[in-house]
Parts: sequence; C-alpha cells; structure tokens
Amino acid sequence: MTALVFIETSEGKVKKSSLEAVCYAKAMGGKVIAIVLGIAEASELQQIGKYGAEKVLHAADPKLNQGIIQVYASVLTKAMQDEQADVLVLANSSLGTPVAAKVAVKTGASFASNVVELPDTASGFVVKRSIYTGKAFSHVDLKGAKKVIALKKNAAEVKETGGQASVVNYAVTLSDADFNTTILASEKATGEVLLPEAEIVVSGGRGMKGPEHWGILEELAKTLHAATGCSKPVSDIGWRPHHEHVGQTGVKVAPQLYIAIGISGAIQHLAGVNSSKCIVVINKDPEAPFFKAADYGIVGDAFDIVPKLTAAIKAAQ
Amino acid sequence: MKILVCISHVPDTTSKINFVENQTRFDTAGVQFIIGPYDDYALARAIELKEATPGTTVTVLNVGLADTEPTIRKALAIGADDAIRVNADPTDSFFVATQIAEHGKGYDLILMGRESIDYNSGVVHAMVGELLGLPSISPVMKLDLEGTKVKMTREIEGGKEQVESTLPLVAGCQEPIAEWKIPNMRGIMSARTKPLKVIEPKAVEPTAVLKKFELPAPKGAVKMIAADQVADLVTKLKTEAKVL
Ligand SMILES: Cc1cc2nc3c(=O)[nH]c(=O)nc-3n(C[C@H](O)[C@H](O)[C@H](O)COP(=O)(O)OP(=O)(O)OC[C@H]3O[C@@H](n4cnc5c(N)ncnc54)[C@H](O)[C@@H]3O)c2cc1C
Ligand SMILES: Nc1ncnc2c1ncn2[C@@H]1O[C@H](COP(=O)(O)O)[C@@H](O)[C@H]1O
Repeated sequence: MTALVFIETSEGKVKKSSLEAVCYAKAMGGKVIAIVLGIAEASELQQIGKYGAEKVLHAADPKLNQGIIQVYASVLTKAMQDEQADVLVLANSSLGTPVAAKVAVKTGASFASNVVELPDTASGFVVKRSIYTGKAFSHVDLKGAKKVIALKKNAAEVKETGGQASVVNYAVTLSDADFNTTILASEKATGEVLLPEAEIVVSGGRGMKGPEHWGILEELAKTLHAATGCSKPVSDIGWRPHHEHVGQTGVKVAPQLYIAIGISGAIQHLAGVNSSKCIVVINKDPEAPFFKAADYGIVGDAFDIVPKLTAAIKAAQ
Repeated sequence: MKILVCISHVPDTTSKINFVENQTRFDTAGVQFIIGPYDDYALARAIELKEATPGTTVTVLNVGLADTEPTIRKALAIGADDAIRVNADPTDSFFVATQIAEHGKGYDLILMGRESIDYNSGVVHAMVGELLGLPSISPVMKLDLEGTKVKMTREIEGGKEQVESTLPLVAGCQEPIAEWKIPNMRGIMSARTKPLKVIEPKAVEPTAVLKKFELPAPKGAVKMIAADQVADLVTKLKTEAKVL
C-alpha cells in the first residue's frame, strides 16, 4: 500500500496536524510519500522524513502559495496517480477537508472525514469517525480500491519513527480553469497559538462580565502557551472575535487541557470541547452543568481564582 | 435568479444521542428534529437575496425519507418558494452530493450549511461543486452579489479571508451571514400549499458502508478542588492528569 500525505504549512512551517497525518500513514504500514505545495523551508521539508515519509514531493510553483481549493485538489489527484497511491491522508482543516472531498470525487475514492483512529483491517478497511459533534462515533467500511481519509486532531501520536526522506521537486501543470476563486486578502492572527491547533485552551464565558476583564485570562493563557477561546454569547456580543467561539456552531477543539472559566456548560458548548483530554472548570455556581463534564472543578469567583492559578503555575514552572 | 438551498434534517442541538438495533440505528425516540443550524443560515441568506432582487426564486432540497417533510415545510414557511425531497436515507456524503448535483443544474447559487450536525462531514458542498464543475467555498460568513461576481468572507483557522468568485457557485454558510428567520403565521399557512416534489434517488453504489455506531466511554466523576487550594490543582494537572 502507498499513502500520499498532504502537508499543510503555516508561514513556511509544517503544521503539527500534518505530522499527525504522516504518523497515521506510517502506522498503517506501507510506503509513505508526503507532498508540500507552495512555499516551505528546506529544513521543514527534510524533517518530514523523521516521522515516516520516505519521499517528500515539493511543488514550489509560487501560484501554489495561496491555498486555492480547486487547484490543490487537481494537483493532489495528479500526484496520487503519479505515485500510484492507494490512500490520501490529510488533516481536517478549512483547506484540507474540501480538498480531500474533491480529490475523492475526482478519483472515485471512498471517503471519510473526522477520522479518529487507525483503520481496522481485520475484515475490510473500517475507520472510526467522530459524529454528532463529538457525541458519538461511527465505524465505516471504506470499500473503494482508493481511499481518502481526513483526520481529526489527535488521531495519531506524533513520534519519530522514520529516517531520511528524499526531497524531490515536483513539477506541476496548472490549469487556469482551476483558479475559479481569488483570495483578495487574508487576516490571520500571527505569532499567537491558533485555537484549533492548541494543546492548551483557556476559555471564558459570560461570567467574565466584560471584555475589559479578559486580561487575567490572557495572562493565564500566556503562562501556559495556550490559545484563548470563548463561549458563543461572548463572541455574539463582540467581547471576543468570532473565530474564538468554541462549540457546536464554532471551533471544535481537542487540546490536552481545556480550562473553562465562567462558562455554564450548555450542551452546545460541550459539543466543541468533548474531545479534550482533560477539562478544568472554574465557576462560582456549584450547580453549573459544566462540572458534570469536567475532570477537575473549582467553585469560586473567576476574578479571585484565575490570578491565583496563574501565580501557582508560574511558581511550579 | 434561481437559488437552491440544501437542508439537512437533524436532531435538535440539545438532543441526547442514542443508538438501537445493536448500535446500528439512531434512536429517534423523544428526539426533536430541526433544520440544520448552518443550513438555517443558508436559507436566511437566500431569503434576504430574494427580497433584495425581484424575480428571485428559492427552492429547498432535502435528501431524506418522508419523516423529513415537517422540516421541509418549515423551510417553506420561512419563505422558500418550493421544495424537492429526494426519497432516500442520507447515509453517506457522496450519495447525498450525487443527489443534489442531479437536481442542482441550472441554479445560479447553491447554498448549504458549512456542515450537517449529525454526520459533520463538512464536505457535501465541495463534492457538489466538483460534480457540477462549479466553484465551492465554505465556511462563508458574508456573501454579497455584484452582478455575476460574488464577494465572500471565508473563515480560516485563526482568521478569515476575502474571496471573490463568479456565479454559478456553491457556498457552505455559517453565521453571521444572516439572522435566522422564524416563520410567521402567514408563512405557515402558505407553506401547506407550496409545491413539494418527491423524487426517487439516482442509484449510487455505496463506497463507504456503515458498520455500527458507538457512544464515547462515560466520563469519570469530577474531582473538586477547594478554592483556596489552587496550587493543588496545578500539582494534579502535572502528576495525575499529566497535561502540564
Ligand atoms: C443552535 C444553537 C447553537 C449554539 N452553539 C453554541 C456554541 O457553539 N458555543 C457556545 O458556547 N454556545 C452555543 N450556544 C449557546 C448555548 O446554549 C449557551 O447559551 C451558551 O454557551 C452560554 O454561554 P455562557 O456559558 O458564557 O453564558 P451563561 O450561560 O450566562 O453562563 C455564565 C456562567 O458564568 C458563571 N459566572 C458568573 N459570574 C462568575 C464569576 N464571577 N466567576 C465564575 N463564574 C461566574 C455563571 O455561574 C454561569 O454558569 C448555542 C445555542 C443554540 C440554540
Ligand atoms: N440529507 C441532506 N439533504 C440535503 N442537504 C444536505 C443533506 N445532508 C447535508 N446536506 C447539506 O450539506 C451541508 C454539509 O453537510 P455535511 O457534508 O454532511 O457536513 C449541510 O449543511 C447541508 O446544507
């Protein structure tokens, strides 16, 4: 079996979720070939080998620097043919998921997104998917000769099991018709830890009383190298930007640690956090529903507890 | 202009999820079904565009069995002109996309939700775009028409991008593209007589076959920590949970 892994970069660096995809493909057994589109640092390309790719295709055409979904889908389809890949593996993302869906249609492959575990190949090729916004799983047999798998975060552990990869220039012929959308501008938080990728998330709800009180959350987040999130009403009122809102209708996070401060724990909020490894809830109401979904809880006033927590973490570092 | 809005029929966001028949079927007992919340945004934007541009028609399409008709009627009550129900159990994204593509020809704009909240694939719009050879963009937070040009804001990880494309186009919608609309009495009355066409599905060989469902393992009991023992929490996160 040969797996092609689509690697996403951010500011020239390979995303951790893409390394998870490489490790997932490696753990499936068989040959792993990675492909990087657009600008990427040479050292970054090289290191993909350590995680299990034996070859890294780099298509450096500057027209690929912007992630145009249709263009990427055509390039990956061609690469699957050129490398005779049976499986395409990539990480779920705003770019990866639609690209995967299009490649699946173009190649006639069986497709699954939000995959959380390695396939069970005892009989067939059965993948486990997260459905109902994390409230359940389904086991789906991918029957096609070709398969496209989009992974949810944490589907595989990132570990170094490989060696050297040969980095090869991959020449592409791009079709004008695929440039059917134009990205005019993008605004992206830079330098900060991005919420969907974060290992630790510090999230605040309406209990924070107002945007002027976010300083204590940001201080805690900085101490932990965490991303900040919020509940939906908080972004609806405009206390925090929309892309920070966590839940059923917002970002679904899967960090090691989720700290919820002044959030009641409505089921729609929980839908976005139930893949977290460990949940800490700080709420002044002992009856807050969030405690039922938590691993650790503190009943108390956020304005008292949060600074103390930040100090305790600093003391322990 | 002709707009097609694809709606999924999904359990209300507060539903408890359960399975029956050896974990192979969703348990509908006591579950309230709604228009997918993101699909509701798509519908609301379609109605706004209809109100802004005379001569615009809005058709809703659902791939589902007869039990989805109240949900479709609700979309008609909100303001869609007519509806199509493709009579099939929507088991797999590619199957659903094929049915939508089959009936989606000739529309200027095909609006969907960014994802359905049951199977959460977030892919039907991309597949429909591919099948019809149209650009598809998701998740779209803002969509404005300027002639045949479409200007959109798309959410990306940690930010957003401004995207431009041309009609015809497929878009997966999310807030704040429009405010959800609630049907009024007149809408509810007129919805009863609006046309709802039932069409048999195009045969598609399933390539992803459901084996069974599974519920996550129940969460252990929460460990409470006294408000004056915050340092104890830090220790537990380090040594017990091993997440720091
Ligand atoms: C279709 C639909 C989709 C939705 N999607 C989402 C979603 O994606 N994400 C989401 O978050 N919500 C979503 N919601 C809204 C959700 O139902 C809740 O209304 C929302 O999560 C509540 O936000 P909150 O916990 O910040 O506010 P509240 O419910 O007002 O809770 C505030 C909490 O803060 C506590 N508190 C107050 N003061 C303090 C203090 N000084 N110190 C400590 N604690 C304090 C209170 O005890 C309370 O528990 C959705 C709703 C619907 C209908
Ligand atoms: N059974 C269905 N009938 C009509 N439209 C659907 C159906 N399932 C999904 N869709 C549309 O496709 C979008 C994306 O769904 P999904 O790819 O399943 O997350 C939804 O928000 C709907 O607009």
